[in-house]
Amino acid sequence: MTFQNSVELLKFHNVAYTIYAFMIVSIIAWFGYNLTRKEKAKSIIRIPFYGYIAFLVVGGVGHHIFTYNTIPWVQEDMMKDEITPDKVFHITIANHKWQLPKTPMVVNCKKPTEFIVESGDLMYGFGLFRQNGTMVTQMQVDPGHKNKLMWTFNFPGTFNLTSTEYSGPAQYSEDGKDLLFVKNAVKVVGCDKKGGNE
Amino acid sequence: MSFTKNLIHGTNFDHTSLNALQKVALRGVVMSFLFFGLLAIEGMIMRLVKLGPTNPLPDMFSHASHFFAIMTAHPIVGIFGSTYQLVFSAFIFLVPFLAKKPLYSVKLANATWLLITIGTALAWTAAFAWHYAPLYTLYWPLPADTKQFYAIGGIVFIVGAALIMVGTLCFIYNIYATIFARVGVHKNKTTKELLISGFGIDGMLNLWHKLTGKPPYSKEPALSLPVVAIFRGTVDTFLDALVILSAGVLVLVYLIFTAAGHQLDVTTIDALLYKNYFWWGLDLVADGLVLIYVAGSWYLLATIITGQKLFMENVARAALMLELLVSWMVWSHHLLADQPQPEMMKLISGEMVTAFELLTQGLALFITLVTLWKARPLKMTMELKYLLGGLVGFGLAVPAAIIQADMGMNRILHNTTWISFAHFHMALIVGLYMTLYSAVYVLWPLVTNNTEMYSKKLSNAHFWLYFIGGVGMGAFVGMAGLQGALRRHLYVHGEFHTLFTLGAIFGSMIVIAWAIFLYNIVMSVGIKGLIGIFLPAQNKSASFGIEEEPAAA
Repeated sequence: MTFQNSVELLKFHNVAYTIYAFMIVSIIAWFGYNLTRKEKAKSIIRIPFYGYIAFLVVGGVGHHIFTYNTIPWVQEDMMKDEITPDKVFHITIANHKWQLPKTPMVVNCKKPTEFIVESGDLMYGFGLFRQNGTMVTQMQVDPGHKNKLMWTFNFPGTFNLTSTEYSGPAQYSEDGKDLLFVKNAVKVVGCDKKGGNE
Repeated sequence: MSFTKNLIHGTNFDHTSLNALQKVALRGVVMSFLFFGLLAIEGMIMRLVKLGPTNPLPDMFSHASHFFAIMTAHPIVGIFGSTYQLVFSAFIFLVPFLAKKPLYSVKLANATWLLITIGTALAWTAAFAWHYAPLYTLYWPLPADTKQFYAIGGIVFIVGAALIMVGTLCFIYNIYATIFARVGVHKNKTTKELLISGFGIDGMLNLWHKLTGKPPYSKEPALSLPVVAIFRGTVDTFLDALVILSAGVLVLVYLIFTAAGHQLDVTTIDALLYKNYFWWGLDLVADGLVLIYVAGSWYLLATIITGQKLFMENVARAALMLELLVSWMVWSHHLLADQPQPEMMKLISGEMVTAFELLTQGLALFITLVTLWKARPLKMTMELKYLLGGLVGFGLAVPAAIIQADMGMNRILHNTTWISFAHFHMALIVGLYMTLYSAVYVLWPLVTNNTEMYSKKLSNAHFWLYFIGGVGMGAFVGMAGLQGALRRHLYVHGEFHTLFTLGAIFGSMIVIAWAIFLYNIVMSVGIKGLIGIFLPAQNKSASFGIEEEPAAA
């Protein structure tokens, strides 16, 4: 099992967490109801104390092991200094204005791409979004540091850019327009057509 | 009794019968609920703005400077003006009550609520009058950015925050001075014995002795378990106050120099190092004192509601110590999206140690549930209802955070509304506040000398509206985060419209619930009683439920 992009991962996450949320609310509701009853409640399941503790430990640690093995960008992020990127894009930002590369940012599908973003003043964010508003990836842009994001796009698409970190009200115009929003900032090409769009 | 009579005189509340300890506790509670109203209204304004063109508010609320000024004031009012005040007031009453000795100083307790109230009002004024809006995270160098903000706004804000922290330090001193006072039941205890108990070392030694077949190290620990939780949580409160104060001084220096016409170079401060330092302190609120205080409150409430001893008390004592250590090492989960942050810190502090919070909070949940279960059948009182609501809140909020404290998930969830609503609004509104409401119902007869609550129906209406509103808002706005909604972003064109509309509908239930609660309280104590709480107490006693020892000659 591998999640190819954030859409697949978030769908899974949405379903799993919704089931969990209904479960925890139902358990406490069942518990509350039976607290007030004189008749002894029948246990649905008997969980030994150490079994419960083991479940919490496995849940907490196992979650990271699961994501490490199923989300490709985790390993890519940890190994980013040892990966040679197919393309590197240098981007700077200052006074709430991006300085993007002079040529359009066109990325090859399934090839690692590196975005290096530097801020000249404040803390910003670097986030790529699909046309429907869902997030593809992001990082924080710490001023005074080279912020490097290694990313492999597995599907074709054209992505919008904006700052994912608040940098003051100057990011917006009087009518609430996001001045850091760049339409179609990154384009991914060369994917197998069978894979569909992002 | 007629409406007017109730409104003026309450049910059977007599403020003149209250002693100094009861009055000072109630003063903080009153201020806390007033700030909660402001908080709920601010939250509702932000929810309505995000509805886009259909929102019924005047245009000014949709302007970035106004919107983010509200967003800056909102957590200050919520965390310090409301939550800190309510928690501190409860503990100012509980510590002397549980330790069976007088509070160290009523004057210091008065200074606490006054300083926090004035400090919160100043910080709010800075946002309201000058639109000072660096948000509560104060990411460097934004708070010192005088291109976007007036220096005077920043100075007023920081002075306000500093007063809140000074008030917090007054509370801390008062609590520790009370715990370590060698009077009453602690007359013959040494400081070492009280320290060992406060840190839960006696619980650990008891567990060790049990495993090795020796008699218990301490059959009767010097401090009761809720006091141990307060002791432990207050360590984090202290560290957090120092960090926020020092960060405030730094910002203040820059702003004062700018105001004097000498701009200092903001690049002297490394933004990432500052972020690590600030989050270490700020996280002691979220992952330290809140979780420890909450665990302690659950244990106290479970024992009071059931009238029985806590299940696995030694484990609970030891777990509180573990929670304290864990809380000092988890801040890096806030920096998983910061690429220059060392990978090892992300992995160990951000992921692995953070995962332990599932264990410590899960353990507290387990112990509380078993304590309740062993005492059944129980009557479904308001305090029990709220306690169960609080357990649901943390049951939902803690796993939501653990999921996001992961390098894979954080890449697509960081700074989205998932973290702000599915996690911390759920934790605060549902988890923490419902626990605190439970404590309010438990302590109500003690601090008000058995004043009758005006209406049980209104109490129930408050519970259901608040619970459904809190869970609903957390869930729907949290889901918008999964669709890419950013938490610190201005959306005024109807983006994520369906989910934001549902969020606003459920959010309005919280505002209505607050109004109902306030009405119920005012009708119980009456306006005269409410004013009377702030008048000096005739009975100067600083203890409750014990005979005070005569002062030494």
